[in-house]
Amino acid sequence: MKSAYALLQALAYLIASLAVFAAFVFYPLVRNVQLSLYDTTPFGGLSAFIGTRNYAQLFTSPDFLNSLRVTVLFAVYTVPAGIVCGLPLALLANRRIRGIAAYRTAYSFTIAVSIAAAALIWEWMLDPNVGILNYLLSLVHGPRIGWLTDPHWALPAVAATTVWQSLGFNVVVLLAALQGVPDELVEAARIDGGGQWAVFLHVVVPAISPALFFVGVVATLGVLQSFGQVHILTQGGPVGATNVIVYSIYRNAFFNFRFGLAAAQAMVLFVLVLAFTVLQFAVFERWVSYQ
Amino acid sequence: MTSESATPAYASARARGLGSSRRRARALRRALRRVGLDALMIVVALIVLFPLLFALSTSLKTGAEVDRYPPTLWPHVLNFGNYPAAMQQAPLPRFLLNSFVQAGAITLGQLVTASLAAFAFAFVEFPGRQWLFFLFLSTLMIPGEVTLIPNYLTVRSLGWLDTYPGLIAPYLATAFGTFLLRQFFLTIPRELQDAARIDGASRRRFLWMIVLPLSRPALATLAIYAFLSSWNQYLWPLLVINSTGMRTVQIGLALLQSQEIISWSVVMAGVVLIVLPTVVLFILGYRHVVRGLTAGAVKG
Repeated sequence: MKSAYALLQALAYLIASLAVFAAFVFYPLVRNVQLSLYDTTPFGGLSAFIGTRNYAQLFTSPDFLNSLRVTVLFAVYTVPAGIVCGLPLALLANRRIRGIAAYRTAYSFTIAVSIAAAALIWEWMLDPNVGILNYLLSLVHGPRIGWLTDPHWALPAVAATTVWQSLGFNVVVLLAALQGVPDELVEAARIDGGGQWAVFLHVVVPAISPALFFVGVVATLGVLQSFGQVHILTQGGPVGATNVIVYSIYRNAFFNFRFGLAAAQAMVLFVLVLAFTVLQFAVFERWVSYQ
Repeated sequence: MTSESATPAYASARARGLGSSRRRARALRRALRRVGLDALMIVVALIVLFPLLFALSTSLKTGAEVDRYPPTLWPHVLNFGNYPAAMQQAPLPRFLLNSFVQAGAITLGQLVTASLAAFAFAFVEFPGRQWLFFLFLSTLMIPGEVTLIPNYLTVRSLGWLDTYPGLIAPYLATAFGTFLLRQFFLTIPRELQDAARIDGASRRRFLWMIVLPLSRPALATLAIYAFLSSWNQYLWPLLVINSTGMRTVQIGLALLQSQEIISWSVVMAGVVLIVLPTVVLFILGYRHVVRGLTAGAVKG
């Protein structure tokens, strides 16, 4: 009796959140599974049950396979680069000097910059004619590159934008991890005669390795879900070179009006994201036990 | 201190001199290293901030200077005209208003729903608590892109396309925020709850008078995090909004970019305007932003 009353009371506090989750997370998830198994009308209605045919079509469609390939390539360009750029910044930000707060703010500043703003700034810097990047290249007698129109360069250019925009997040997480490395640990290694590099490689890196991994997984999740920079910079082109999964879903659903097929694509994305989220939680646990 | 003579009488003094000169050299090296690192930090900061500073500088250039090749780093003539021009080419004040309404409502809504839910999870003992908490956390594993198409269809069938409710409603609950607040609530001593009960305070009063005031730092963290992420949303507003007047700043900027002749100085003025609110929030609330981003991660 008492526990039933407690449940009712608790539900009164939970009902608002539960209602939103039911309407905009759980129901649409089920609905998306359903859509993916149907042939759909251009208006998004169900027309005929076709089982797994949408999926079968996806995995034989060169377009979809290309978007998977592009997404993987995009991850290869951005994830390691994000860590390689973020770690030195975090190390510098971890110094104990006067005014360090200003540096920390500066290094993690891109957190305040939306992907749309970042994309527009980079579109300007990447402009083939008056952009600053091609100018800098010309100083070293480099060629004039059509960054966003050349199929070889479009994805790296979008990746550079992404790396810059997510740099702030990486710095914040890696800095937090570095601050968690006990001073005694580093001191002890120094006293044992370890040089700067040796201490860094054999003491600091292992101590923050869960954080490095965490940043890598979060960046991968970001890549799987990236859209804005592609929509602004390249619209998936040239010739599909930047057609990442989410952009492809967007095109199929809202331009080709193939909701069923797009829903099937979304399910594939879901499985990928789920795999990486599980990985992230697993690392989470390990990280916490380190502290 | 360093002695040129090498006579035995001065040998020990020389040794001492050498020792101290070595110490001096080491101190000098360390000082040089420090100065070098200081300089490096400034250079690195300039590189990281370069795109933003360059956008700011571009927004102050005249149209002629922007098209000049080679590009100039600083505007030779300060020109503030791009800002009014940007507002003329696109109704930026209206977009800013839309974004403030959208991000403000989502922030407020998340504060309310997350405090209520976190309170239940932290202070009410009820059957199925663990199960429900797990259900909350499970929403973190479902990316928005998967629910995108059905949510679009739902919002359309509700007649909410091109409206504030369409922009706001799907984001009114947050598992992350609930988790964040619950963790904080759990640090509030149980004795306070018992004392409140003895004083005859209801649960609601306890939440309102004691828990929430004590949790101001956690609430601020959630608020700043929620505002930043909803202000910066791109895909959902793009789908839900189709009239010009209802656009948020993020998708409204495209209007500047899609002009027949792109004037980069005008586009950059627009960029500066839409980045400004989050930049101010970021600088003022830096601690909270950091705490939000590393919340579960570092503190467990």
